[in-house]
Amino acid sequence: MAALQTEEVTPQSLESARSDDRLTRGALIRLRFMRNRLAVAGVVILAAMFLLAFVGPFVSKHGWNELDFLSLLQPPSREHWFGTSQIGGDVFALTIRGLQKSLIIGLLVAVFSTGLAAIAGGFAGYLGGRVDRGVMWLIDALLVLPSFLIIAVMSPLYRGRTWLVFVVLLAAFGWMVTARIVRSATMSLRERDFVRAAQYMGVPARKIVFRHLLPNVASILIIDATLNVGATILSETGLSYLGFGVQPPDVSLGSLIAEGTASALTYPWLFMFAGAALILTVLAVSFIGDGLRDAFDPGSSKSKKKSRRKGEIQ
Amino acid sequence: MVNYLVRRVVNFLFMVALASTLGYVLSSLAFDPSSNYQGANPPIPQSTIDAKLDNLGVNPERPLISRYVNWAGDVLSGDFGLTVGEQRVNEELSRRVWVSLRLLVLGSIIGSLAGVALGVVSAVRQYGVSDRAASVLSFSLLSTPVFLLAILLKFGAIDLNNRLGTTFFYTIGEYSADFSGNNWDLFVNRLQHLILPTLSIALGGIAFYSRYQRNAMLDVLGSDFLRTARAKGLSSRQSLFRHGLRVAILPMATFFAYSFGLLVTGAPFTETIFGWNGMGSWFISAVQSNDINSVSAVIVFSSVLVLLSGLLADVAVAILDPRVRLR
Repeated sequence: MAALQTEEVTPQSLESARSDDRLTRGALIRLRFMRNRLAVAGVVILAAMFLLAFVGPFVSKHGWNELDFLSLLQPPSREHWFGTSQIGGDVFALTIRGLQKSLIIGLLVAVFSTGLAAIAGGFAGYLGGRVDRGVMWLIDALLVLPSFLIIAVMSPLYRGRTWLVFVVLLAAFGWMVTARIVRSATMSLRERDFVRAAQYMGVPARKIVFRHLLPNVASILIIDATLNVGATILSETGLSYLGFGVQPPDVSLGSLIAEGTASALTYPWLFMFAGAALILTVLAVSFIGDGLRDAFDPGSSKSKKKSRRKGEIQ
Repeated sequence: MVNYLVRRVVNFLFMVALASTLGYVLSSLAFDPSSNYQGANPPIPQSTIDAKLDNLGVNPERPLISRYVNWAGDVLSGDFGLTVGEQRVNEELSRRVWVSLRLLVLGSIIGSLAGVALGVVSAVRQYGVSDRAASVLSFSLLSTPVFLLAILLKFGAIDLNNRLGTTFFYTIGEYSADFSGNNWDLFVNRLQHLILPTLSIALGGIAFYSRYQRNAMLDVLGSDFLRTARAKGLSSRQSLFRHGLRVAILPMATFFAYSFGLLVTGAPFTETIFGWNGMGSWFISAVQSNDINSVSAVIVFSSVLVLLSGLLADVAVAILDPRVRLR
């Protein structure tokens, strides 16, 4: 990761660079990110979702496991903001509880699986040889079967246990693609002088990977961790929709949608809010991920292609 | 080329064996088939349960290795064993395989062709109205899980039917059970059932391919060889299709292999929501009923499908790209 690729710097950032002589790399990335309107919108939406999920329970008039037997299947009202379910549950409280669970699972799994991918990909790329072949073989073997099928098959193992087992499984089968990317990035870094210097000074392999190689692929890791949050939320809600994920009485956006769709034509509020929250969250995460990619590595973004195409054949 | 293909096929067979082993062992460890017979009234005697489990070949009293060897031997001779309901898995398989294949093959063909076309159009008209609309649409589609998309399609269609006063889209099953009429009417009826499930599979594919095709095409559009093609007198259309698309479509072949896994994941949702009796809905009911033999059969099927699409992608790349062919 070269620090500053001058050819990519736009007039605006040059201007701000002149006004502030000591523009750090972090500040430059923040500047590029803030210029991306979709990415900023993603941050705003995601922040709103977090606020809803974690502050919502304090303003909600009802608990998620409270039942109001006097109002069954009522449309949204002042008392029940998102209406009530078949058994009198408050849909607003249920939705924010589900959103909370889906967000926590998404974040935890993204951190774990990206960490796993960094370690596996980093060591495979740096050590090469037998370790590399072993890791690549494992990756190929795990990629043959869609992880959805594997986790669904293993779902009886965590039925009636804590949802953290589910988190571990999601992470254990979600690191492979990122690990491949990290591996190829470390392989190209391996021959660089600073790594050689560390080797000749007798720095052990473990330390080279953690101190010298992984910090240099940090941008890849940050981008992939962000995109993995979205991917995880999609697979978690899918599994929960079929009953293979978050187990009742606890709820996730997926299980809420599954319950709500049985009678959704007549009672649309049962799944409408959970569905909208799900789509908005994943959309926001992918906007942020794309914005981060453009900010870290403008060479891969549209701005370059646009300028390159100027005056080209049409 | 022949050497290359032989190596790929050997690798293919090895991977299928590995995946099916993984599927059988994992489901044997996770499932408790005896729970199907417990809690019955009057209670079933233990000896009967054991006999039933032995008949299925899933009795946990027997070591896993011997159960696996037995199962693998049967599968190699073309027999997938019995379901929990003591039906032959092979029969169920032959009935359901075509249902799913019709859905997946149609969905992936429509998804990839339409996606590539949309991506090319977006790239050529970069930042135009159609490009922006396509971007927004594909971003939203990629953020919508298959089950939600299928549900929305289904309810949208029911709403449309109510408004039109006739049933244009059917939302349950592959064809109307009480249907009578000639072959053409039956074909139309099947088509009316087919549209929505196929669309729910294809839309994700369109969004996926159009994003990548757009980027690949943009890379190619700025390249020197395309300028050369224009300079030697080809029209912009000719240079785009003969020289540009041929290069820009190469990475799509690789994505095709990856995305088939996604499609296989989408099938269970689409099939349960639209009431199709395919492999996906079978997988879900098999997991719920602790049916080791059926789950393993579905896993063999999906691993064959995923690997076959990978093999197809390799062959397509070899045909399109002379550099790979010469290697």
